Amino acid sequence: MDYTFHWRPVIRKLPDLLEAALVTLEVAVLSMVIGILIGLALALIRMSGKRSTVWFAVGWIEIARNTPALLQLFFFGFGLGAFGFHLSPYMIVLCGLSFNNAGYLAENFRGGFNAIPDTQYRAARSLGMSAIQAYARIIIPQVFRIVYYPMTNQMVWAVLMSSLGMLVGFRELTGETQFLASKTFRIFEYFLFTAAIYYGLVKIILGASRLIAWRLFRY
Amino acid sequence: MIEIEGVRKSFGPLEVLRGIDLTVRNGEVISIIGASGSGKSTLLYCINGLESIQGGRILVDGEDVHGRDTNLNRLRQRLGMVFQQWNSFPHLTALENVALAPRIVKGKSRAEAREIARAQLEHVGLGDKLDVYPSKLSGGQQQRLAIARALAMEPDYMLFDEATSALDPELVGEVLDTMRLLANEGATMICVTHEMGFARDVSDRVAFVDEGRIEEIGPPSQIFGAAQSEKTQRFLAKVR
Ligand SMILES: Nc1ncnc2c1ncn2[C@@H]1O[C@H](COP(=O)(O)OP(=O)(O)OP(=O)(O)O)[C@@H](O)[C@H]1O
Ligand SMILES: [Mg+2]
Repeated sequence: MDYTFHWRPVIRKLPDLLEAALVTLEVAVLSMVIGILIGLALALIRMSGKRSTVWFAVGWIEIARNTPALLQLFFFGFGLGAFGFHLSPYMIVLCGLSFNNAGYLAENFRGGFNAIPDTQYRAARSLGMSAIQAYARIIIPQVFRIVYYPMTNQMVWAVLMSSLGMLVGFRELTGETQFLASKTFRIFEYFLFTAAIYYGLVKIILGASRLIAWRLFRY
Repeated sequence: MIEIEGVRKSFGPLEVLRGIDLTVRNGEVISIIGASGSGKSTLLYCINGLESIQGGRILVDGEDVHGRDTNLNRLRQRLGMVFQQWNSFPHLTALENVALAPRIVKGKSRAEAREIARAQLEHVGLGDKLDVYPSKLSGGQQQRLAIARALAMEPDYMLFDEATSALDPELVGEVLDTMRLLANEGATMICVTHEMGFARDVSDRVAFVDEGRIEEIGPPSQIFGAAQSEKTQRFLAKVR
């Protein structure tokens, strides 16, 4: 072992790395918001039991959960590209992550919905609430509590998964690290440093999640 | 007035209601008794349109519950319902449980809805539990909360589906007392119940349901004193 660490070039590029970390966080958060909305819809479609649409939800969920996330990303990049739809690297990653999140979250939501007794819905309707009001005010808030921790995990997963963006030319944290490291040849230092940033990001997310849960779920 | 005429209801091949006729006048308290599985809950669900029917019709103040053009969400505001499983909304405080529907269904302001909720919770003896979550309430308190929640919509009719049968014995009394209070205030009530004492003391008429039909209906003195149907007599002998 006669490798000598040189941290100075890495430290000098810290602002660039932190900026890239923000890009990572942004795309992860956005992909979660989109994933939650689509995941809810997929779960409801799947539970509706209408054959004409169930296959669509089941197909989405199966592909998202049983194929490599990288291939899902490539689909939105090279796959759509082959048909003449060219997305920016940012959009490729956002679409890929959202697709993946939606598939995983849909199954979580489905479990959540099944855990809410039918009588909650009946009670809501008996008060004159419409089906939409019953879902929005009574069912979905309870489902969110049940899926809250799986959802937090998915958020962490989205942050880590976004590093695949490097392979489609997206300059998020890993892509940026790769770009900077290739110019200085301090590759090991850069990636160690970046790993620490990821670790910090995840810890911040977990902490924030706990704080939000404490504020939100008083019951 | 609730008019039930020849109502039939099936779940697949299973015919649960086989022609029910019953008229409930305003101010009347009707108890429905009968064996488990005889279709009592199903009848209540049909009255407020939570279940469809396959024959006959149900009119609430002349409005056909299962009519094509009936606005069920509006109709249900006149039909309060309390279920067997106390199903308060666990993510809302007692006050929010009661205030929610007046606000989002009836369009009351937040302040108005809270005032209604506070009054109804006091009405059922939960005035000191406004900001408590249901998980911190006993079964009896949760059931009274459910009653307050239904009353907050100012319904013309109250449907009770075995409001006490999921409760520990020592909690039954407080819920029955609340129901008695409503009856004395002149509420129109249909109560499915296993509490024969309540049925005898509080109701104007008692209906004995057997295999999806009303086997016998009459004042409590008739049903509990001089039942004409042998089936009624046999049922009452068993539950006593
Ligand atoms: N959603 C449903 N699907 C299929 N069968 C049902 C459904 N709801 C009720 N049933 C059946 O209909 C019959 C009547 O049920 P109901 O709940 O009305 O009886 P009940 O008189 O209220 O009995 P209990 O005293 O046990 O509450 C039962 O055989 C029950 O299994
Ligand atoms: Mg029942």
